[in-house]
Amino acid sequence: MNPDLQGRVFPPVPPYLVGREKVREFARAVFATHPINHDPEAARAAGYTDVVAPPTFPIVVQEATLAQLLAQPDAGIDFTRVVHGDQRFTYSRPIVAGDELTATLSVTGVKTLGGHSMVTSESTIVDSGGAHVVTAISTLVVRGDE
Amino acid sequence: MTLTPASAPELATLSLGDVVAEKTFSLSRDSLVRYAGASGDFNPIHYRDDVAVSVGLPGVLAHGMLTMGFAVQPVVDWAGDPGRVTDYQVKFTRPVLVDPVDGAIVTVVAKVGAIDTDAATARIDLTVTYEGQTVLGKAQARVNLA
Repeated sequence: MNPDLQGRVFPPVPPYLVGREKVREFARAVFATHPINHDPEAARAAGYTDVVAPPTFPIVVQEATLAQLLAQPDAGIDFTRVVHGDQRFTYSRPIVAGDELTATLSVTGVKTLGGHSMVTSESTIVDSGGAHVVTAISTLVVRGDE
Repeated sequence: MTLTPASAPELATLSLGDVVAEKTFSLSRDSLVRYAGASGDFNPIHYRDDVAVSVGLPGVLAHGMLTMGFAVQPVVDWAGDPGRVTDYQVKFTRPVLVDPVDGAIVTVVAKVGAIDTDAATARIDLTVTYEGQTVLGKAQARVNLA
């Protein structure tokens, strides 16, 4: 992997409009049964404008930024050898249906350990007003030749 | 269903090590296909045995992000609102093999790992187990109980 990736900031990916049915679909897929994930009335009763996305939903928005990283011609990342090492989401506020989210990826760490390479990136996700919603942090491990 | 704004668990009633939630999830190949569609992660190692075997895996694996996604749901239900989860992280330490016939059973135990009275937050630590072994490391959710 190219160590010069460290510190690189990518252009923002096109905005992602969070749909109510997408939130419900994702909620069903992760066994999220809470009414606030599914029922707009329940969400409004709890003070939200629409259904709230499950905690790991930002992966859907982050995915386009990770694709940018993997597609970077000089990155030297063989995606057939990539495994997900760790993942974190740090929220300023929950994601709600109707949000238009824009994600920007920066590479915060590149290291090699025991033949494997690891790249840690942060995708900063903001709303249409530019306010921070959530930062999604991933470490991808690229397995070395065996 | 009658819905009222969810009241959070009382921070003052929590003690370190308290088990706040416990749940068993039954995964099938259908679960993986559903998650692939909802998340957009169509890596075939999550639905094709031949591809999984060709890259050296014993069989089809659950998406790590699927496991991360459902493991936090017992915490969401305990907290009473998905928006109360303000930070969530995991390390992917072992794969969950999903048998085409028998599926996979994954157990989640959620315990109080830390309490921050000033911030009105609790850190909930998750033990996520498949066939007697943990599959996630450092699985921690920070929950706002203000």
